[in-house]
Amino acid sequence: MLILGIETATERVSVALGGHEGVIGLFEVTKGRRHAETLVPAIDFVCSQAGIELDEISLVAVDVGPGLFTGMRVGLASAKAFAQALRIPMIGISSLDLLAFPCRHTDRVVVPVIDARRSEVFYAMYRQVPGGVQQVAEPTVGPVEDLIADLMARSQDVLLVGDGALRYRDEILDDFHCEIGGDAHPSAGPLVLLAHARALREDWVNPWEIEPIYLRGPDAKINWSTRTARA
Amino acid sequence: MPADLTVDDATLVLGVETSCDETAAALVMGGNDVVSSVVSTQVDLHADFGGVVPEIASRAHLDVLNPVIARSIVEAGVDESRIDAIACTVGPGLIGALLVGVSAAKSLALAWDLPFVGVNHMEAHLYAASLEDPTLEFPLVVLLVSGGHTMLIEMLDHGRYRLLGQTIDDAAGEAFDKVARYLDLGYPGGPAIDEAALLGDPEAIRFPRAMMNDGYDFSFSGLKTAVVNYVRKHPDVSSADVAASFQAAVVDVLVTKARRAAQATGATSIVLGGGVAANSLLREEILGGCGVDGIQGFLPSRSMCTDNAAMIAAAGWHRLRADGPTPLDVGATPNLRLDFID
Ligand SMILES: [Zn+2]
Repeated sequence: MLILGIETATERVSVALGGHEGVIGLFEVTKGRRHAETLVPAIDFVCSQAGIELDEISLVAVDVGPGLFTGMRVGLASAKAFAQALRIPMIGISSLDLLAFPCRHTDRVVVPVIDARRSEVFYAMYRQVPGGVQQVAEPTVGPVEDLIADLMARSQDVLLVGDGALRYRDEILDDFHCEIGGDAHPSAGPLVLLAHARALREDWVNPWEIEPIYLRGPDAKINWSTRTARA
Repeated sequence: MPADLTVDDATLVLGVETSCDETAAALVMGGNDVVSSVVSTQVDLHADFGGVVPEIASRAHLDVLNPVIARSIVEAGVDESRIDAIACTVGPGLIGALLVGVSAAKSLALAWDLPFVGVNHMEAHLYAASLEDPTLEFPLVVLLVSGGHTMLIEMLDHGRYRLLGQTIDDAAGEAFDKVARYLDLGYPGGPAIDEAALLGDPEAIRFPRAMMNDGYDFSFSGLKTAVVNYVRKHPDVSSADVAASFQAAVVDVLVTKARRAAQATGATSIVLGGGVAANSLLREEILGGCGVDGIQGFLPSRSMCTDNAAMIAAAGWHRLRADGPTPLDVGATPNLRLDFID
C-alpha cells in the first residue's frame, strides 16, 4: 500500500509518499511560487527521488479543507486527476485533522485554527484518544472573537495550532490564557499516516465522490439595476 | 514524456477547458478530426446572478471535470492508452476556474507520461472554424464576440495573427447580458435579446453606433447607458422594440467593421467565433454582407462558437507541433495575451 498525499489548503504546498513504513518521501515549501506551478513538478520530484514509479501508487490522499479555496482546489483537482488516471481510490482528510494529529501526545484540548482571510478563521477542537485525536467540536468558520468566546466557554487547558492562531496571537492571548505552538500549516506527512490507517479499513472513495469542505458559501453579488427594480 | 514525440495526422490530443462557465473535454485527432467533444454548461448556476460568479464557477468545475473527461474518452470509443498528448487552456479566463483545469490536465499528463501543452483560449477560438471546414484558406478575418471578448483578428497562417481591433470597454456579450438584465429578459442575455427582438422593431429607436467610422476598435458601454437612459425617459416603450433596436445597433457595428477589415486585408472569408456568434441577426447580416462583397462568410455551428474543448485540443495540436510541450511548472494566466504580429 503506497499512498501519495497532496496538501495545498493553506500557503504551503506539501507532497508525501508513504504507507506501512511511515513517510518515505516529503516535499514541502511554504513561501515561493503559487500552488499550481509547484505541485505537479513536486509530485514528480518526490517520486523520482524516492525511486517510485507512479504506477506503484495505490491510493491518493488529499486535504479537502477547510482552507484557501483556490489553493485547495489546485490540490483537489490534481489529486482527483491522478486517481482517475491511475484508476485508484482516494481518501479525503480535513486540514484541521492534519493540524491536530501531530499534537496527539498532549493531554490538552487541541484547537487547530486556519486563517480564513477577511478577519475570519476556520477552527475545530480535538482531544487525544489512543493512537490519535478525536474531534470534540465541529469545524466552523467565524470571526476570531467567536473563537475566543468558544475557548472561554470551555475554559480548558488549550493548545492552539495553525496559521490562524499565529496571525491572531495577540488578540487571543489578550483575552484567554493558552499556549500557541505546533505547526503553522497542515502537512502531507500526517496526511499519509492518517490515510494509511483508514486505508487498512478500506475506508476510501472514488475520485468523483471526494467532497471539499468549504464552510463558507461563494461570494455571489452582482448588483445590476433592472428596469422593474429601478423604482 | 516520450522522447520520440512526433505530431502528425494520427496524434490524438485530449483537450481540457475550464476558463469560464463551461467545463469541457474533447479528443481530437490530427488537429482537425473531432473524435468526441463533451461540454457541461453551468449557465443555470449563474442565471440568478445575471453573470458568471467566479467562485461558483470554480466549485462547479472541480465537481464535474473528472466525469466530463471520462465521458469524452468513453464517447470517443478509444482506450485512454491511445491518447498522445494533453492540451489545456492556461488563459485568458477566471483564475480560479482556469486553475482547476490546468491542475487536472498537468496531473493527467504526469500520470500517463504524456506531453502537456498549454493553450491560449483566444487562439483556440480561431481554430474552431477550421474544425468544421478544414478547407478554409488564409488570410481570414475572424470576428470573435462573446461575454468575455470582442476582437477582430486577421489570421494569416497558423500561429500568425494580426490584431485589427478590439473592444475598449465592455465585450459585446457583456452588453447583451447587461441590457437583457435591465429589461428583465433573462440570462444569458444573448439568446434572451435574440428572442425578444423577433417581436420588436429594430428601427423603433436609433441607438448610437459608437466609433462606427473610427478604425476597428469597438465600444459598447455607451450603448448600454443609452438603452437605460431611453427606457427611463420612455417608461412605456416595449422591451421588444428596445431589444431589437439595441441588437441592430450592436450587429451594425460588428458587421460593418468586419466587412471593412476583410476588404482592407484582402481576406477570402469572414469567420465568426464566440458565444455571440450564435446571434441570428449577426449570422444573417454577416452572410448577406459577404454575399454583397463576393467573399465567403463562414458561420461555425453554435456548439463550436461557444466554449468547448475540441478547439483547445486542435490549437494544442498546432502548438505542440510548432513549439513542443509546455513545462509542467506552468500556471494559469488570467489576462494571457495572444501573440500578434505588427
Ligand atoms: Zn471563449
